Amino acid sequence: MIALEDLLKRLKELDRRELTRWVENRWVLPERRDETWIFHEVDVARIELILEIRHEFAIDEEALPLVLGLLDQVYDLRRQLRRMCDALAAQPPEVQAIIREALPPLVGAEATQD
Amino acid sequence: MATTQTPYQVLGVKPDASADEIRKVYRKLAKEFHPDLNPGKPEAEARFKSISAAYDLLSDAEKRARYDRGEIDESGAERPQRNYYRGYAEGAEGRRYQPEGEMNLSDLEDLFAAFGSAGRGRRGQGSEGFRARGADRHFTLTVDFLTAAIGGKQRLSLAPEEWLDVTIPPGIEDGQVLRLRGKGGPGFGGGAAGDALIEVHVEAHPLFRRDGDNILLELPISLAEAVLGARVSVPTVTGPVTMSIPKGSDTGRQLRLRGKGIQKKKNPGDEIVTLKVFIGDSSDPELAEFLEKWGPRHPFDPRQGMPSA
Repeated sequence: MIALEDLLKRLKELDRRELTRWVENRWVLPERRDETWIFHEVDVARIELILEIRHEFAIDEEALPLVLGLLDQVYDLRRQLRRMCDALAAQPPEVQAIIREALPPLVGAEATQD
Repeated sequence: MATTQTPYQVLGVKPDASADEIRKVYRKLAKEFHPDLNPGKPEAEARFKSISAAYDLLSDAEKRARYDRGEIDESGAERPQRNYYRGYAEGAEGRRYQPEGEMNLSDLEDLFAAFGSAGRGRRGQGSEGFRARGADRHFTLTVDFLTAAIGGKQRLSLAPEEWLDVTIPPGIEDGQVLRLRGKGGPGFGGGAAGDALIEVHVEAHPLFRRDGDNILLELPISLAEAVLGARVSVPTVTGPVTMSIPKGSDTGRQLRLRGKGIQKKKNPGDEIVTLKVFIGDSSDPELAEFLEKWGPRHPFDPRQGMPSA
């Protein structure tokens, strides 16, 4: 965890007003503590990602919610998929075999199968 | 996390301060906060350390330049490698950014619903549904010696706010695993729940030891009790009992208290009491005087039967 002031020191390219706007837009969700913000590691990583999207990929703040919204959906799906995979991996081999057989092949997958 | 100051802030100089300026400020602060000059102030040492560390970094032109470029942090350590968002996003922390009102799939039914499946597994429709037994869950439970000897119930924490009163059968042994059917993970598609497998650890006892179903106890007795016999109170796993010590009992003599061992319903074990004679106050002049007369008239060598070394 890192306090707002330390974060601004650490990420030199990060502008205070810019970050404040991101938090107000709920693109970044720091923890509020004693009138200031505490950023968890996940928040810092997200800020670094947004910085790159904004400045290096030149995506403006109009389009940013679209990009972030899609990213969040992808990661949510991946979290759910991971839960599912963990649950499947914990099953006895017989059960895994049943599921493997029940999985329909993806269209066009045959071509890439060896 | 404590607020970390930049080395410039520690010394209270501007980021464009000259080397001379930094050296001057450092000397002033170092004198003020040197631990040996502030014996009663523990905080001075911490302050001195940070001042020294800051000066160490800023007085070295190369290090200072690297710090200014952001290549090293205020402790002089290389900046940690960047942690990418994806490393967090898929883990539990990532849930913070879960889209609002989107999938909150807390159980399988939600998952089926989200993708338009019928959730047929749970309804178990003919051959299409499949069922699976729930996963076993593993726990460890520490049981005190007496509970293991006489049996009882012990509370096991399965999860926060989830408790199970485990019946401990008398005579359970260290390392034994209890299987509680149906207390594991829930089954799938109508399958049976898994089991809870509880590995039991039995704590040691200050007095009792265990030998199979018997309890071993070493009982100190006095010289008078050993020679003349006595009735004494003896601790057992079910509480103290009175036991007769026969006249002329030696150290090492074993007396058996039937049924006072491991409290198995069929054939409970015994408690085996091994006597140990203690002289007590060995400087007792009366006893010494008596033995000086008595000894020579009753020659006895307890080491007679010992094989020579």
